[in-house]
Amino acid sequence: MHTLILAWGNPSRGDDALGPLLAEAIAALNLPGVVCLTDFQLQIEHALDVRDCQRLLLVDASASAAPPFEISRPQPAADPSLFSHAMSPAALLQVCADLGHPLPETWLLAIRGEQFVLGEPLSLSAQKHLAAAVDWVRDWTSPHHITKRVLT
Amino acid sequence: MTDPLETTADPSGLRRVAIDPLTRVEGHGKVTLLINADNRVQQARLHIVEFRGFEKFIQGRPFWEVPVMVQRLCGICPVSHHLAASKALDTIVGATRLTPTADKLRRLMHYGQIFQSHALHFFHLASPDLLFGFGADAAQRNVVALAKADPETVRRGVLMRKFGQEVIRLTAGKRIHGTGSIPGGVNKSLSRNERAYLRQDIYTMIAWSRDAVAMVRDLFAARADEFAEFGRFESGSMSLVAADGGLDLYDGGLRIRAASGEILFDHADYRCYWDYITEETKPWSYMKFPYLRSLGPDAGWYRVGPLARIGNCDFIPTPLAEIKRREFLAFAEGRMAGATLGYHWARMIEMLHAAERIKELLHDDDLSGNDLSVSGERQGRGVGVIEAPRGTLIHHYRVDENDQVIRANLIVSTTHNNQAMNAAIRQVARQYLDGHELTEPLLNHIEVAIRAFDPCLSCATHALGQMPLEIELADASGRLLDRLTRDSEGRCTR
Repeated sequence: MHTLILAWGNPSRGDDALGPLLAEAIAALNLPGVVCLTDFQLQIEHALDVRDCQRLLLVDASASAAPPFEISRPQPAADPSLFSHAMSPAALLQVCADLGHPLPETWLLAIRGEQFVLGEPLSLSAQKHLAAAVDWVRDWTSPHHITKRVLT
Repeated sequence: MTDPLETTADPSGLRRVAIDPLTRVEGHGKVTLLINADNRVQQARLHIVEFRGFEKFIQGRPFWEVPVMVQRLCGICPVSHHLAASKALDTIVGATRLTPTADKLRRLMHYGQIFQSHALHFFHLASPDLLFGFGADAAQRNVVALAKADPETVRRGVLMRKFGQEVIRLTAGKRIHGTGSIPGGVNKSLSRNERAYLRQDIYTMIAWSRDAVAMVRDLFAARADEFAEFGRFESGSMSLVAADGGLDLYDGGLRIRAASGEILFDHADYRCYWDYITEETKPWSYMKFPYLRSLGPDAGWYRVGPLARIGNCDFIPTPLAEIKRREFLAFAEGRMAGATLGYHWARMIEMLHAAERIKELLHDDDLSGNDLSVSGERQGRGVGVIEAPRGTLIHHYRVDENDQVIRANLIVSTTHNNQAMNAAIRQVARQYLDGHELTEPLLNHIEVAIRAFDPCLSCATHALGQMPLEIELADASGRLLDRLTRDSEGRCTR
C-alpha cells in the first residue's frame, strides 16, 4: 500500500499550475512509498487510481484558500460536480464509495493562487505558496509525521 | 429568420433571470431570460464567455511545439486539439499522405478519445436527466440516486472511461500532455504487447456499448413524444464524411445539409473552409456565430456533433453501429434525427462505432510498423479538421520562414453549435417556462437542452471555490428581486 499524491491543474494557466508543480517537486524527491499523479482535472477514472492507496493527498490551486495553503479532510459527497468533467474531491470520494472501494485516509491541500490566465507564468506569491506547500508535504510524507498521527 | 425570443421588442418592465454558471457543462456560460409580469418569456439567450486568447498563446511558437501545447487549451478534449493541430501541420511539413502506421495510430488515439468522452457524458453527465426526468428535484439528480437505481451503470461508466484513457495513454505516449502525434506522422508505434493488452477488454467494451445504445433506446421509447419535441428546432447540419459517404470522425470532406435534408455541399475541401463558412458577432455574446456564406446568417446556421454526423452520413462502416443507426433514423417516424435529445442516442451509436473501430485497429499489424512519419515540400499554411466528440473542430495556422506560427485560427465545435444551442433553449422556454412561476427544476429544463450538446465551454481552470449555480431575478432597472443559489454540495437556498 502506498501514498498517492494526486494533483491537478493546467500547467499553462498561471497559478493553476500549482498542483502539477507540487507533484513534480515531490516526485523529484523519490520518497519511498509515495506515488505522484497529475492531470488537468479530477475525473471519474481517478477513482481507480485511488483504489489501491492507503493515504491520499489531493492537491489543487485555490482562488479562495487562505495563503499560503489550507488543509482539510474531504468526505464523500454527491455534489453537482459529480456530473461534471471537473469533479470536486468530495465527488471523487463519492465515486470510490459507489464503486465499493475502501476509502483511503484523504487530505486536501488547497494552495492559494492569484491569477489563472492562459500563457502566464506562476505568480510571485504563488511561488512562495508552492515552496511552503512542498515543505508541508515533505513533513506529511515523513515516517515521523505518520507515526505521530497514529499515536495521537 | 431571427427568432423573436433572441431580442425582445420592448425590454422595459421585464424581469431578468440569469442561470449563471451552468452546471454539468464545461467552462463559463450563462442563460438570461427576460420575463414579463405574467411570467411570459420575452427573451432567452445563452451567453458563452468564449476565451479568445488561443491565438495569442500559439503565435510566435515554433510550429513543431504546437500539437503538444494546444492540448493545454482545453482540459476536456486535449486529444482533439492534439490531432487537429497535427493534421494542420502535416500540410506545413509537406506530408500530403501519412504512412499507414501513422494514419492508423492517430485514428486509434482519436477513437479512444471519442469513446471515453461519450462514455463520460452519457453515464455521468446526461443519464440523470434521462433517468429521473428534467423536472426532478435536484436532490434526486445526483450520483447517489443514480448509484442506487443502477449501480452497474455507474461502474461501467468509470471502466469505459478508463479504457478510453488507456488507449490514449498508449498511443499518445503519456496519460496527459501526450506527444504521440507530430507534424508528418507519429513518434511511436504500438507494440504487440500493448495491442494485446488493449484487446483484453475491447470485447467487453463493445458489449457494454451495445447495452448503452439499448438502454438509451428504451428510455426514448418510454417517452418518445416528449423526447422528440423537447427543445426541437430545424436547422442545417455539418460534418466530415468519408469519400464513400460513410461516417468518418478523423478525416474526409465536409458535407453540409440544409434543414430540409438537401445536401448543399458534399466532399467540400476543408482546407478552404472559409469558402463555405463565415462568422458573425452579436453585441450580447462574446462567442461568434458561424453560418454558411451561401445562405446568410439568418438561414445559414447549422448544428454539428453526434446528431449531425449520424444524420449526415450515408452509413456507418462498422456493422453493429450501422444497425443501430438505421433503428435510430426509423424510430418515431424519423423524428429523433432532428430532436435535441437525439444527441444522446446518436452519441451512444458513435460510442459503439468507436469501440468497433478500436477493435479493428487493434488487430491491424500496421499499428506496430516502423514507418512513422513523412515530409515533403514545405508550405506556409495548413488547415486541419477532425470530428471531435462534440463536433467539427478546425485548426488553421500560418507559419513563417523561421518556423514560427504567425497566425492561428481555431473554430471549436461549441462555437459551431452556438446558434443551435440558443435555438434549443428558446424552444424549451416556450414549451416549459412560458407562463409559469420559475423554479429550480423548471430552470433545469434549460440546462437539459444545453447539456444535450455536451458543450465544452472549458477554460481548463477549475480552481476550488467556484459556485455551481446562481439564479437571480431582477427587474428591468437591475434591482435584485430574488436569488436562488445551489452550493457545491447541492443545497439550494433562497
